[in-house]
Amino acid sequence: MQEFLQVFQRSDFISNFIVHIEISALAVLFGVLVAIPIAILVNRSDSASTLAINIGNLGRAIPSLALLVLMFPIFGLGFDNALFAVTLLAIPPILINGVVGLRQVNPQTLDAAKGMGLSGRQILSGVQVPIAAPIIFAGIRTSAVQVVASVTLATFVGAGGLGDYIVEGFQRNSTAIAVAGALAVAVLAIITEVIFAGLERGFTPKGLRIAAKRGK
Amino acid sequence: MDSADDPPTATLALLQDLFESQEDKGYIDWGWLADNFVEDVIPAFLQHIFLCVVSLGIALVISVPLGILCARYRSIYTPVTILTGFFYTIPSFAMFTLLIFVVGLSVGPTPAIIALVLYSLLVMIRNVVTGLDSVPPETKDAARGMGLTDRQILFGVELPLALPVIVAGMRIAMVTVIGIAVIGAYIDAGGLGDLIFDGIDRDFPTLYITGAVLATLLAIVADLTFVRIERLLSPWSRRARGAT
Repeated sequence: MQEFLQVFQRSDFISNFIVHIEISALAVLFGVLVAIPIAILVNRSDSASTLAINIGNLGRAIPSLALLVLMFPIFGLGFDNALFAVTLLAIPPILINGVVGLRQVNPQTLDAAKGMGLSGRQILSGVQVPIAAPIIFAGIRTSAVQVVASVTLATFVGAGGLGDYIVEGFQRNSTAIAVAGALAVAVLAIITEVIFAGLERGFTPKGLRIAAKRGK
Repeated sequence: MDSADDPPTATLALLQDLFESQEDKGYIDWGWLADNFVEDVIPAFLQHIFLCVVSLGIALVISVPLGILCARYRSIYTPVTILTGFFYTIPSFAMFTLLIFVVGLSVGPTPAIIALVLYSLLVMIRNVVTGLDSVPPETKDAARGMGLTDRQILFGVELPLALPVIVAGMRIAMVTVIGIAVIGAYIDAGGLGDLIFDGIDRDFPTLYITGAVLATLLAIVADLTFVRIERLLSPWSRRARGAT
């Protein structure tokens, strides 16, 4: 037990913890910056939307360890490799939910907005995006949880992170170290899930929440 | 000077240079790959498929009855979703570690298969319930009016109609499981991850690139296959689309 607690007090624990969060946060941020504009861009065309969703599905099929390893020859070992690979993993769930979210907005609602004299841009930012927000955030949540899990594998490309302790635990056959690493990652993933679920609720427009309640 | 007079030789030398420098970097050693394909690559590939198919089979056997129960008795659906959602959230590398060091399983395929089953449950159960919910009440009424018993309705009407949605769940679960099984090699479960970890240890790119590319292809082929099955199983949706 003491050995277990000591892991958290090691000087490298904080830095690995920060690296883990840093790669995860940057990957999700870049993922949003890439996926959301594409989702908005393809929104007007049926075939472009279908194409984006199909590419997203293919992207989601790529195993995370495979992607990390395939970036090896390009980026070599380390942080850049992990960040680039994990960003690629972060994009598909956000892209799919972004496209689906924007397209599921009721056409009558859009007609009404047009009838009120809103411009295309106003409809997008004032009507479509807010209505799609819960679905978009659900995508970001899926992506974030998956990213936190994938960064655990960054240890295999020498980028550090909490996976280091799991590997060290296996190598030294130390239950304390392995479990400390595993629990730290698990707790981080669960906290991420809870935070993003909260954001998802927070970004649901008031009108939609009321409508959902009435629907029940 | 000579090379200027004789361009083909120069080109040849250049190509040879390129080829050799490529070989020095040693990204893909095709000769090695050809020599060891049958001995190393194919067994790892088959073991990978074995792990995933067994896990998905077990997950199916658990989630269909559990999903039927959840659809009938709504009060157990939320706790089941929370529990399986919890499993789903735990990063796979951490899950393997906890199964070995905390639960006390020895390394090998067993903890890997258990983890893969746990990851499949959320999606599978959710899709069984969604599938059963999507059966129109009128259809069930009609079946009852024809004198079918509850059991006959379940097996003859509800489950067949829910099948496309259940298969859609299997598709997501299968793709997820193929990706996670790669990491299972770290705990001696075998599979394509073996090539990746061996390649990293030996600093031999041919190995890990082969493993990574095959794992990716396997996931994509599985995804496309399930899409095809899904379509085959719901001919009515095609007919309906054709009619409009």
